[in-house]
Amino acid sequence: MKRMSGAEILVESLCKEGVDTIFGIPGGVVLGIFDALFDSPIRVVLTRHEQAAAHAADGYARASGRVGVCMSTSGPGATNLVTGIATAYMDSIPIVALTGQVGTPAIGSDAFQEADITGITRPITKHNYLVKDVRNLARVIKEAFHIASTGRPGPVVVDLPKDVTVEETEFKYPRTVELRGYKPKYEGHPGQIKRAAERIAKAERPVIYAGGGVISSDAARELREFARKTQVPVTLTLLGLGGFPASDPLFMGMLGMHGTKCANSAVSDCDLLIAIGARFDDRITGKVDKFAPGAGIIHIDIDPSAISKNVAVDIPIVGDVKNILSKLTPLVKKCKTSKWLKQIDAWKKEFPTSYDKKAKTIKPQYVIEQIHDASKGKAIIATEVGQNQMWAAQFYKLDDPRRFLSSGGLGTMGYGFPAAIGAQVACPDKLVFDIAGDGSIQMNIQELATVVRLNLPVKIAILNNRFLGMVRQWQKMFYNGRYSSSCLADNPDFAKVAEAFGAKGIKVTKKRDVRPAIDEAIKTPGPVVLDFMVDREENVMPMVPAGAAINQMIMEA
Amino acid sequence: MKRHTISVLVENHPGVLARIAGLFSGRGFNIESLSVGETEDPTASRMTVVVRGDDVILEQITKQLNKIVDVIKVSDITKEKFIERELVLIKVHTEGKSRSEILQIVDIFRARIVDVAPKTVTIEATGTEDKVQALVNMLRPFGIREMARTGCVALTRATK
Repeated sequence: MKRMSGAEILVESLCKEGVDTIFGIPGGVVLGIFDALFDSPIRVVLTRHEQAAAHAADGYARASGRVGVCMSTSGPGATNLVTGIATAYMDSIPIVALTGQVGTPAIGSDAFQEADITGITRPITKHNYLVKDVRNLARVIKEAFHIASTGRPGPVVVDLPKDVTVEETEFKYPRTVELRGYKPKYEGHPGQIKRAAERIAKAERPVIYAGGGVISSDAARELREFARKTQVPVTLTLLGLGGFPASDPLFMGMLGMHGTKCANSAVSDCDLLIAIGARFDDRITGKVDKFAPGAGIIHIDIDPSAISKNVAVDIPIVGDVKNILSKLTPLVKKCKTSKWLKQIDAWKKEFPTSYDKKAKTIKPQYVIEQIHDASKGKAIIATEVGQNQMWAAQFYKLDDPRRFLSSGGLGTMGYGFPAAIGAQVACPDKLVFDIAGDGSIQMNIQELATVVRLNLPVKIAILNNRFLGMVRQWQKMFYNGRYSSSCLADNPDFAKVAEAFGAKGIKVTKKRDVRPAIDEAIKTPGPVVLDFMVDREENVMPMVPAGAAINQMIMEA
Repeated sequence: MKRHTISVLVENHPGVLARIAGLFSGRGFNIESLSVGETEDPTASRMTVVVRGDDVILEQITKQLNKIVDVIKVSDITKEKFIERELVLIKVHTEGKSRSEILQIVDIFRARIVDVAPKTVTIEATGTEDKVQALVNMLRPFGIREMARTGCVALTRATK
């Protein structure tokens, strides 16, 4: 058998896993790996900051459903990946992060560019490895991809000391993995599924509350069939958006802190809550003991530890959402929900999520509606975090999964633009927008160099209010309007910044120029930055104040 | 809050202890004691963790432990019949008459003297946590100079 170096084994193993792209930056101890990549079929997307490489791998994974891969050198390269790894961990996104490490004899000696990255990432990875022997390398890569992509997905870090990448051994890629401590359950207990079906048959005011698990198990079709057959109304979490068509009459919109009044009222008044691939996050539940207070709860989730963690569950079903829904749907009939659906329609009509459409200023919500219209609702939308994210969630109405990429759990500003890069690399024929705020975009704006270098046609729409908008909104509402460190009136001119990087930049100051600018951006074959000078003090409404029950919503600021 | 003894079978890999300890600190669970050692299978170690918590916390602890890839099996053996032992070494101050009193206590607790010096004796004892604590309480008035406890190890009783 041919002997190969660790670097060559790594690249071969990645090819065996079907990896076509790595996002990353080279450096001292990974030069050998980058040398081996130089002649390989794997495309290396050079980012300008490792954080962006991790987010791009995450965006690639969310848009495509495949495992995203990023790579950095040791020390600062590896620590720069940390925010991206934590983001993927909180949202259960499958990525494999490969980090260089100083040679094994130097580990622990405070060597140049040494950081204990397996120690640092232990609480923010599904699993991590320090490879100390080249003979274990192929097995570790096989296990890393297996762990990242199965069960409840998540990030896996593989730390690669310099000498391990240089040493040689015979290459044999394992066919299977043997992990006696890791056996995710997919099937769902048949008795529990039957109990759930019986409970659903008795429900008068049922609600489906579905989350990111629907997306990661590719169960949008199964959810649609289940909801339509039972005629149970649906609300989605931020990460679930696109998992059920927004155009379906059963859809009530997002729930939680900036959800719709309809969804929050329905959850508060329901007699049965069917939670599917969601984890009762505090942004969803508000005050926990007032969450769905009169309801029985069925919870379908692949992670047993998500069951009864925040809210006690009556009928837990542990397993894969797609599997369980396809077994549950044949057991259920149409529920007697016509009266309940009438109430829901009344809430929808009485409390639509809206804004001042007659305003002469550019309302950020208007910009998103125009992007929706111009892209026919079919774009992949990455968002940053804050007001831009919430308006995108409220006003870019999606019918399809894997088109809404947003940092929900960790709430990482600076996520959207690199995630959009990852999505565009994964889906070169799709239109990709990053809905950004002027604060967030500056957290990874250097990646303009990446999109220009690769001529990736990502469109960045900055809702520029010259504030850290969500911070300002909270200061206005809860801190007597004292705008402490939230005003960004000294922002650079983003259109000029774009031009300086070699991208197209369009600054939009008038409402009538919004749509033509969007159309022009879509027509442009390369990257475009759209800088919309929006109404500075627009608030995201409605809103559940922190610690309140979710039906206690503030409708207007 | 009830005391629970959790037996955790883990891969005998470097870093596993840090994973378990990190999980407890990161999620705000309190460890009363933790002991680790190899099992009959040299590729696996057994950790015995003593924790306090209500049912909801215990359920989360066992589920979160089970999520760790290197964890092979988690059992809350407090629910079963089990044997629990702790070992303690206690160096006690002795002078004149106190020495014979200490020897009596050692006898009652079926402990052993493992080292004698002019002004101290070192006592070894094993037993349940309660017994070890009782011995410590008895010896405290004489002046405990140093003490080391292993924390509990435990196994379930054999079923017939």
